[in-house]
Amino acid sequence: MLHIDIDLRRGRFARRVRIEAAQRVVALTGPSGAGKTSVLNAIAGLVRPRAGRIEIDGRVLFDSAARIDIPTHRRRIGYVFQDARLLPHLDVTRNLRFGRHHAGADTFAFDQVVELLGIAGLLQRRPANLSGGEAQRVAIGRALLSQPALLLFDEPLSALDEARREELIPWLQRVRDEVRLPMLYVSHTSDDVRRLADVVHTLD
Amino acid sequence: MALSSLFAFGPDELVAIRLSLKVAAAAALCSLPFGIAVAWLLARRRFFGKSLLDALVHLPLVLPPVVVGYALLVLLGGNGVIGRWLEDTLGFSFAFRWTGAALASAIMGFPLMVRTIRLSIENVDRRLEQAAATLGASPLRVFCTVTLPLAWPGVIAGTVLSFAKALGEFGATITFVSNIPGETQTVSAAIYNLMQVPDGEAGIWRLAAVSVAISLAALLASEWLVRRQRGEVHD
Repeated sequence: MLHIDIDLRRGRFARRVRIEAAQRVVALTGPSGAGKTSVLNAIAGLVRPRAGRIEIDGRVLFDSAARIDIPTHRRRIGYVFQDARLLPHLDVTRNLRFGRHHAGADTFAFDQVVELLGIAGLLQRRPANLSGGEAQRVAIGRALLSQPALLLFDEPLSALDEARREELIPWLQRVRDEVRLPMLYVSHTSDDVRRLADVVHTLD
Repeated sequence: MALSSLFAFGPDELVAIRLSLKVAAAAALCSLPFGIAVAWLLARRRFFGKSLLDALVHLPLVLPPVVVGYALLVLLGGNGVIGRWLEDTLGFSFAFRWTGAALASAIMGFPLMVRTIRLSIENVDRRLEQAAATLGASPLRVFCTVTLPLAWPGVIAGTVLSFAKALGEFGATITFVSNIPGETQTVSAAIYNLMQVPDGEAGIWRLAAVSVAISLAALLASEWLVRRQRGEVHD
């Protein structure tokens, strides 16, 4: 499903990353500074690799040789950031409805996603009034409702304390089991990774 | 001086006040789209000639206003290169018209507007813009639904600064479009005129008081607009 072979370079940071995975849920681990987030950003089109190729589920998102570089907003990627990044000027409902990747029939319906993540009680709230775990659940819902073809998670648990982490993991497992999408999950702790992913790829 | 004479506006004074408001509002509102565009370019883009654009935008802040007015006269006056072309093709003229006063004021206020809006755009978290892009928002949609709403207080403040600057503009305006009552004689120019006549003092006081009142009202209005927006964000 994932075919990634890219040459990342940013200032002094330089590395070649190759990930080949047939499994649907892939975890990416490694020490901090190994470039895990850079890989996600390259897949999302937020940073441009110096060279290489990114193919996901049969779709080529980037190919330096073929001069393909699809802009971020057309890559159909649901990106759940470490820090949620909800839009502070919009309430939860409007955050959830912000994304729109394609005009066709929706894979994920609003009510279904709200139910899946247990966020019905939060819909009128502003992001400033959400706890870290709540914000992360809304961010996951927002990513799903953008009707993505791939989900990226960048250490969604790292900003949370131990208790909140334990609270969120079942939600992530639910998303993994009920949403039939390729998922790439970045973490520097191997604990949550083992509970979530089919296969673990380590960057060193 | 009797207090009542502070409110005994002569017809010329009322005309000047109305004209000033019209000129300042036109200057601030018409330059706003350009101000936002240039501020965004300077805040978010890297391109060849960026420093030059930045310097050009700031030029009116450091040049003597008379020089700006003279440049406008040479370029856009009745015999100016662009001025004649505008007149011939569009039948539109800035020369000795209130529109010329608005243009001169807009240019003088432009650096203040751009600086303020640029700062507020720079303060918008780029990671939010990135998040919006991953959700399928095109660059234009990101700008309209994320950047602009979050930079809103700066947009308001920049518009008010430009408006206030236009109210006070004198040198560039009078050089470019002269001092014609009812057409280009704004409050500032009217005060200047009254200073040249023997019994102008009461009129000067009246117009000065009006200037203070309008500027204060503009500042309070902008404060209110910004607070209303903040309230929406943080309620």
